[in-house]
Amino acid sequence: MPNDDRLTPPVWPEGRTLPPGGAFSTIGRRNRKIEGLAKVTGRAMYADDLTLPRMLHGKLKRSIHAHARIRSIDASEALEMPGVHAVITGRDLPTRYGIIPWTEDEQALCENKVGYVGDAIAAVAADSELIAEEALKRIRVDYEVLPAVADIDTAFAHPEWKVNETSKDGNISKQVFLEFGDVERALAASDATVECEYWYEGSTHTPIEPHCCLAEFDATGFLTVWSSTQVAHYLHRDLAKVLGLPTQRVRVIQPVVGGAFGGKSESFSLEFCASKLSMITGRPVKILYTREEVFYAHRGRHPMRLRYRTGVRRDGTLTGVDAKIAIDGGAYSSFGLVTTYYSGQLLTAPYDLGTYRFDSTRVFTNKPCCGPKRGHGSVQPRFAFECQLDKLAEKIGMDPIELRRRNTMRANSRTVNGMRVTSNGFPQCLDAVERCSGWGEKFRRMPYGRGVGVAGSMYISGTNYCIYPNEMPQSAVQLKLDRSGRATVFCGISDIGQGAESVLAYIVCEELGLELRDVRVVAADTDLTPVDLGSYSSRETFMCGNACLDAARKLRREIAATLAGAWGCETSQVTLAGGVACSTRDPEREHMSVKEAFQRTEARVGTLGSVGWYQSPKLGGDYRGGTIGASPAYSFTAHVAEVECDVETGFVEVKKIWIAHDCGRALNPVSVEGQMEGSAYMGFAEALMEAQVFKPAATHHGPGLHHGPSLLDYRIPTSLDTPELESLIIESVDPEGPYGAKEAGEGPLHPSVPAIANAIYDALGIRCDRLPFDPPAVLRLLRAGDARARWQAARSQAARGEPARAGRSC
Amino acid sequence: MSTSICRLRVNGESRECAVTPGTTLLEALRYGLGLTGSKQGCDKGDCGACTVVMDGAPVLSCISLALACEGREVVTIEGLAREGRPHPLQDAFDVTGGAQCGFCTPGILMSAWALLEREPRPTRREIAQALSGNLCRCTGYTKIFEAVELASRRMSEAAAAEGAR
Repeated sequence: MPNDDRLTPPVWPEGRTLPPGGAFSTIGRRNRKIEGLAKVTGRAMYADDLTLPRMLHGKLKRSIHAHARIRSIDASEALEMPGVHAVITGRDLPTRYGIIPWTEDEQALCENKVGYVGDAIAAVAADSELIAEEALKRIRVDYEVLPAVADIDTAFAHPEWKVNETSKDGNISKQVFLEFGDVERALAASDATVECEYWYEGSTHTPIEPHCCLAEFDATGFLTVWSSTQVAHYLHRDLAKVLGLPTQRVRVIQPVVGGAFGGKSESFSLEFCASKLSMITGRPVKILYTREEVFYAHRGRHPMRLRYRTGVRRDGTLTGVDAKIAIDGGAYSSFGLVTTYYSGQLLTAPYDLGTYRFDSTRVFTNKPCCGPKRGHGSVQPRFAFECQLDKLAEKIGMDPIELRRRNTMRANSRTVNGMRVTSNGFPQCLDAVERCSGWGEKFRRMPYGRGVGVAGSMYISGTNYCIYPNEMPQSAVQLKLDRSGRATVFCGISDIGQGAESVLAYIVCEELGLELRDVRVVAADTDLTPVDLGSYSSRETFMCGNACLDAARKLRREIAATLAGAWGCETSQVTLAGGVACSTRDPEREHMSVKEAFQRTEARVGTLGSVGWYQSPKLGGDYRGGTIGASPAYSFTAHVAEVECDVETGFVEVKKIWIAHDCGRALNPVSVEGQMEGSAYMGFAEALMEAQVFKPAATHHGPGLHHGPSLLDYRIPTSLDTPELESLIIESVDPEGPYGAKEAGEGPLHPSVPAIANAIYDALGIRCDRLPFDPPAVLRLLRAGDARARWQAARSQAARGEPARAGRSC
Repeated sequence: MSTSICRLRVNGESRECAVTPGTTLLEALRYGLGLTGSKQGCDKGDCGACTVVMDGAPVLSCISLALACEGREVVTIEGLAREGRPHPLQDAFDVTGGAQCGFCTPGILMSAWALLEREPRPTRREIAQALSGNLCRCTGYTKIFEAVELASRRMSEAAAAEGAR
C-alpha cells in the first residue's frame, strides 16, 4: 500500500493553478505544436512509414459468416506457395485477452467459433502483401453456420443462439440497475412529464490512418512492437500475456498516430499476429489493415435504444429521470462493462436531476464489436436527455436555455449519483452560446424551414481509476535537464493528434523558462518512458499535465535556490522565462541564461533530473459501480445549432454551430479550439450522415455484411458538408488541474446531436428521435403528421409565453 | 507480373524504381523511392491522403499506375519546402493548427498548393471546393481553411513586396 505522502500531491506556494513567476509566459498562448513542422513537411513517421531489413508482410484471413463454428482449417496449400513463410491459427495464440480484466473473451485468431463477418481466423506472413493475400485464398476453412443474432431484439428473443461463449446469461453482456432517490414518487408529483423512446445509430471512428503494426522478435528473444495504438501500456501487458513472454522482454513503441478517436484504445488481432509471425519466422513482420478491415475492426459507438421518462415542475425544476437503455454491443465485451455504466452514470451533470434511475443492458450480437468512440457511452443518453429537456421546456412554456439555467448544479457540489463536481463553467457556456448565436432573435422566430436548437453536456477529465486495479500512479514523468540548456521529458503519454506531447513541453517551458524548441518529449515507448495509461477518457492533459508540472517544479525549486544563493535574493524573486533567468528586484544586473542557471545548479546539487506522478484522489459514490464515472474534474459544454431544412427533399443543412466549452484553463487555445471544432464536426456527422450498419442475408451472402465498408459509402463529411463552427472557450480554472486545465477532447461532441435535433424541431415541427436525421428520415417525419401545424402551435405558444396544450409530445 | 524500370520526375529530380504493371504511383513513391510523406488511407481513391500534384493538378496517387506517370512532373509533400525552409503554406498549417493527427495533411497541402498556384487569392468557398476530395477526420476543416487563407495572404503580401522592390 502506498503511504499517504506518496498519495498527496505536492503543495506549491504559488498554487497549482498559477504560474511560478506571477504571469504566464507560455501557457495560454497560441503556440505551435512541437511536432507540427514534422507533420506538415511529410517527415512525421507513422507505423506504415517504418520498414526494417528482411521485413515480411502479414495478412489476416477473415470469416465470411456472422456466426459459425470452425470445424477445421487447412492451410497446407497456402504454406506450399513460394514466398509464404508462415501461417498461424487460433491454436498458436490460445490465450484469451480483453481490455477489461473481468471480461477477457477475445482470441487473436478465432479457434472454435467466429462471432461476426470479418472475425480473424488465420494469419499469413509472406514476402509481399500480394503473395500474402493470394495465400489467404488458399486457406480452406470448414464452417458450420449458426443462426446469427442481428440486433438487440433478436439477442433477447434467442438466448439459445449464444453469440459469446463467456456469457453467463444468454446474450447478456452486462446489466446495470441503479436508483438514486424515489423516482416514481418524484415523477408522480411533477407538473409535466415526457416519455419518449430514442434510437442512437452506431457509427465508427474512421481515423484516416488504418491500423498498422510492425513487430520484430530479435535473436535475444526480445520483442519490439511499433503500433498505431493509443494505449501502449495496455498493449504491452496484453502482448506479454498472449505471447507467453515476460513483460520485461516486450517493448511497445507508439509512432506518430494518424487519428484514433477511441478506435485504437485496445489490442487488436494484428498486433498479436505480427508478433507471433515474427517469433516464428525470425524476421520483422508488418501488418497494415485495409480500409475495409478498419470498418470491421470497429470498436465504435454502440447503437442504443433509450426510453426516458422525465418530470419537471412548473417553475422548471427537474424532479426525476427514469431511463431504460438497451445497448447493441457486437460479438465481444471490449469496454462494454464500462459502456453500460457510463450510459447511466455520466448523465448526472450539469443539471440537478432531483431523482434518477437507470436500467441499462448491453447485449451480444453477431456484428463487429462496439467500444469507446469519443464521448464513450454518454453521447447516446445525452442526445436523448437533451431532447427530453427541449420537450419539457415546451410543455411548461419556458425557453429551453432558461430551463437549463434553472437546473444547473452549483460548482463544488455533488451529483445525484455521488460524483464530486468542482469547477463548473456551464452557466457561462449557456450565456456565451445564447449571446453569440443571437438566440433571442431566432428561437421560434424564424420562417418555416429554419431553426435553432440548444443542448448542454458534461464529460470526465480522465477516469478516476486504472482499468486493472493497482496502487501505482496513473501518469508519470521523468524530466532530465542537460547542461547544454535542453530539457527532455520522458512520459508514456499518447499523442493521437490532440497535441498531448506539446502540452508537456508548454508546461516545462513555463516552469523552467525554456523556449519551445529546447524541449524534447520522448513519449509512449515502454522501454524509455514511465507509465501513463494512455489516451482515453480525456485524461492526458489533466493527469500527465499534473505529473509534468510537479516534476518541472521540483527542478525549478532547485534552480531558484541556486540563483537566490548567487544573487542573495529570495527564491520568489527568481524568474525564468524565454531562455533567461533573472531576479525581479534587479534584472539589469542579476540575470543569466537558463543554460547557465542549469549548469550552476548542476554544480551545486549534482545531475539534474526529477520525477512527477499523478494519482487521482479516491472519488465516487459509495455503492457497487460508484467509482465508474468518477473523475477528478468535469468539463462542460453548450451548443447552439442553426439549421436550414428543405421541406421538399428532407435535406437538413446545418448552417452553424456555436460551441462553448469550459476547459478549465486553455493551455493552448489553438489546440482547445481544434478539439472543440473536431468534436462538433464529429457530432454533426453522427447526427446527419453516418451509420455503421450491416446487411441482412441476401441471395449471394449471409447476414452481417457491412453496409458499405469504404470511405465513399460510409459517408463522413467533406469540407463542403461541414457547417461553420465557432469556438467559445470558457475558462473556469479547476483547482486540481494543471494550471486549472480540464479536458477538451470529447466533451464538446455531446451537445451537437441534440442541438441539431432541437433545431430541426424549431425549423419544421418534427421531432427527430432516431439517428441519423438523413433526408429519408426527415421526409418520413414530415409526412407522418401535420408538422406545419405543430410548428405553428409551438411558435404561437412561445409568442404568448404559455405552456403547451396537453397532448402527445413524442 | 514482370518487373520493369519506371522513370519518374519527382520534385524536380529524375528517379528510377522497379515496378510491376500493377504498381501504383503511391507504392512507387512510398516503397520504391522512400518518399513516405504521401499517405495511404484507403488505397482506392476515396480519402485523398495520397494526393500529389502532377503537371499542376492534384492527382490521387493510389489509383494512378506508376508506369502511366512516366514523363510527367510529380510534386509530393517532400517537394514543397525550398532550401530546407517550409513553404508558407506548410508554415501556415503549423501556425493555425491545421494539422492535428497530420495523416491527411500531406494530401490536403498538395490540393491546397495546386489551388494557390492556380488562384492565389481564393474565397473560402473555393478553398472548400478544392479540398472536398481530401477527408480530414480531426479538425472539422475550420483551421484548415484558416491556414490556406493565412498562406494566401502572406504569399500575396510577399509577392507585392517583391514587386515593389
